[in-house]
Amino acid sequence: MHGKALPYLLLMPATLFLCVFFLYPFALVAFEAFTRDGGFTLDNFRTMAGNWKFPVAFWNTILLAAIVVPIQLVMALLMATVVSRLETGRGAALYIFAIPLGISDLAAGLIWLAIFDQSGFLNTLLSNLGLVDRPVMFLGYQSKLTIFVAVVLAEIWRATAIMMVILVAGMGLIPREYHEAAEVFGASPWKRFVKITLPLLRPSLQTAIILRVILAFEVFAVVAALGGTNLPVLMGETYNWQFSLQDRNVAAAFALLILAISVGLTLFFLRVLRVPKEARI
Amino acid sequence: MIAVAEIPIAVPAVRKAGNWLLVATVILLSVWVLLPIYLLTVNALSSPEEVTAFPKRFFPSFDIGSLSFFINFAGVGRALWNSVLVATLTMILSIGFGAPAGYALSRFDFPGKGTFRFLVLMTRAFPLPLLALPLAVMFIRTGLDDTAIGLALVHTTLALPFAVLITFSLFSGIPVELEEAAWTLGCTRLQAFRKVILPLALPGMAASAVFAFTISWNEVFAAAVLTIENRTLTAFLLQSLGESPLYLKFAGGAALVIPALIFIFAVRKYLFAMWGIANR
Amino acid sequence: MAEIAIKQVAKRFGGFTALHQVDLTIADQEFMVLLGASGCGKTTLLRIVAGLETPSQGEVWIGGRRVDHLPPRDRGIAMVFQNYAVFPHLTVFENIAFGLRMKKLPQPEVERRVTRTAELMHIEQLLKRYSGQLSGGQRQRVAVARALAMEPDVILMDEPLSNLDALLRLEMRAELKGVLAASKTTTIYVTHDQVEAMSLADRIAVMHQGRIVQAATPVEVYRNPAARFVGSFIGNPPMNFIPATKTANGSWTVAGLALPGPKSDKRKIEFAIRPEDVDAGDEGLHATVRVIEPLGPHTLVTCDVEGGLFRAILESNAAIAVGDHLRLAPKADRIRWFDPETTNAL
Repeated sequence: MHGKALPYLLLMPATLFLCVFFLYPFALVAFEAFTRDGGFTLDNFRTMAGNWKFPVAFWNTILLAAIVVPIQLVMALLMATVVSRLETGRGAALYIFAIPLGISDLAAGLIWLAIFDQSGFLNTLLSNLGLVDRPVMFLGYQSKLTIFVAVVLAEIWRATAIMMVILVAGMGLIPREYHEAAEVFGASPWKRFVKITLPLLRPSLQTAIILRVILAFEVFAVVAALGGTNLPVLMGETYNWQFSLQDRNVAAAFALLILAISVGLTLFFLRVLRVPKEARI
Repeated sequence: MIAVAEIPIAVPAVRKAGNWLLVATVILLSVWVLLPIYLLTVNALSSPEEVTAFPKRFFPSFDIGSLSFFINFAGVGRALWNSVLVATLTMILSIGFGAPAGYALSRFDFPGKGTFRFLVLMTRAFPLPLLALPLAVMFIRTGLDDTAIGLALVHTTLALPFAVLITFSLFSGIPVELEEAAWTLGCTRLQAFRKVILPLALPGMAASAVFAFTISWNEVFAAAVLTIENRTLTAFLLQSLGESPLYLKFAGGAALVIPALIFIFAVRKYLFAMWGIANR
Repeated sequence: MAEIAIKQVAKRFGGFTALHQVDLTIADQEFMVLLGASGCGKTTLLRIVAGLETPSQGEVWIGGRRVDHLPPRDRGIAMVFQNYAVFPHLTVFENIAFGLRMKKLPQPEVERRVTRTAELMHIEQLLKRYSGQLSGGQRQRVAVARALAMEPDVILMDEPLSNLDALLRLEMRAELKGVLAASKTTTIYVTHDQVEAMSLADRIAVMHQGRIVQAATPVEVYRNPAARFVGSFIGNPPMNFIPATKTANGSWTVAGLALPGPKSDKRKIEFAIRPEDVDAGDEGLHATVRVIEPLGPHTLVTCDVEGGLFRAILESNAAIAVGDHLRLAPKADRIRWFDPETTNAL
């Protein structure tokens, strides 16, 4: 009928593309990170780790991910659960919850800047309520904590939607009969959630957590918009080394570090949230 | 069993309280999502003086001062045009490369299929914008630096895996029997695809195209790394964060958000189907 | 002891009425089958009894206790679902134990009950497997075992055999009947398969467009349909219905045959008879043979009669050819009459 070559022909463009623009640059970034002026060296990593901003950026990024992701997971589960229980207005609620999915991290940063800025809405509210006499400087270089809180809020606001959408889709894959059977056999709503929904949602939870964790280590524009350079994060430092400091090799070392953390965490969650083949829906 | 008549009020009351809680939660979460966007819009629709003034009003004055300042600001028009251009190219590239791959995955069994799927899924484990760093060098050598097509190629790495997976599920959802029927009725493979499969898959493909557009439209890091003269809107806004006045930032933010709202609205039906497959 | 009483239960979905004020009482240990075509409301009624659906009005009583406001777990029921709903993330053992664990029964008791029901359903060698490693028939057995392990007062079954292939269905049907009779529970069983209904039920409730048209023993439902629908739905081929016209002397003319019939002030009513309840002979309905279908033990003959088609099941050795003119004599005690307006039996 048709040649055996056809599927390969169809896959060729995408494969070539991924080789040139995904695998090759990946190799390239590793190469650049380990070389300087043509020779193999670990200097780039030493320069990276030796910079005073590095530990700050490193721990800021880790801390952000560690705080933001669990909160988002809970919120996304809450959103997905309430949406699945709604009888009317389901579509509207889903659309509203999904809106931030389409919003750029830079725009999200600017949105929360409108709230936390010195002449912003939060200060207006506080002064209208008589809680402060004059506007508070939330995002100044001396107020690292409020910058951090603002970034946490903006990140939660922006990127919960992606988890919510994955979880809603995942919940849609669980046949309703499982819940009904559990109900008939005596499980309370909370028990049903813990014993049926969560275990059966595991593949979706895995996807959602992995995607979100990787995004958390890419945090960049939100921080840039809200904190400028006052709250260093890994991705922002990468950008700085590439542009302000004009050192491609150190930037590559940063990139490789972020890649390593991402891949490591991906493998970790793949392992921890693994679903045995025979126990799938 | 004991014959006791229970009080029939108890449970409906609990159920009602549950419903009330449900509605309250939905409203609360909706406000959480919508309020910040509303506040940005208030700023964008106020005059520059109002934006920097304190205290602020919680309603827009519908003064287009900020917006017209933004539109007339040097470089904004060009940045907008670049954003649209790059996003359009990304859309074409990712569907052009992704759809044939999706079709092949859905219709054929062949050695290497698993490897390809793994390659596609692997892209998820990487912060892809970082790959713009080494590519910057490669682009300078090949003359692709600071061009729309160069940036679009990087954005395509972001959008392509989605395009592959979405079209894969779209084509899998169309029974192969339809295609086979077309063959028995005298169509070639290509004709059958064009006349039977494509019309059925078109709405979904359009949605994944819009999704690719949105990914590119929103991307900041690679855009900032790879463009200097031909900056996209996100890159432009990022690089002028330090010096530009507040009202420029907010008008720019609104310019980024409004199209995104429309995109998400346009693909809302497919959003969940798309991520449903992304699970596997 | 669990008698089920359904009182004036109605269910509306928006503007659509799925159930119109249904009344039904099911005796303790009775096997009641709800039979009807898809969309007749039988599954809705079952789900209302289960507590998975709230009735728009009416009451449900189980064992002398009003339960329509109780959640399913407080109703003393167990259920077997159409797609089995065997939890994929739990082993067969844990599936059967699920309800027992919810009741917080002690582990030895859980093990005892799981082992006993697993043996009863012949799945004791599968206890460590997951649902994904089971065949459809095995999943079915797990679903039934899970329900039985609860030792419930009432078992509800929603088309439990519909996803099995024909041979397996036959086997499971016989097994279910035995197991459920031994378990001494009250059973409500939903199906659209009349053979299944006839073979399993103590009583059948025939449902049509959200109403129970007749609730009676299988033989009664078959022999004395309360309404035209029951006669036309049950039996394969279904009952024959032919218009009857009143004659001057008060008897009725049916396809050229004069018959004594019920007293009625109507001018036209319907004569009905099952295809097997006629004999070919010298007297009877005037019929012209149109199609002959030999079925082995019998021959199904479709004829033209005055006022419509008539199907007769005749001896397979009868020498009949297409176009023959036959006289089909109805057995007098099997003739039924229906009011064409109300469609009820006269």
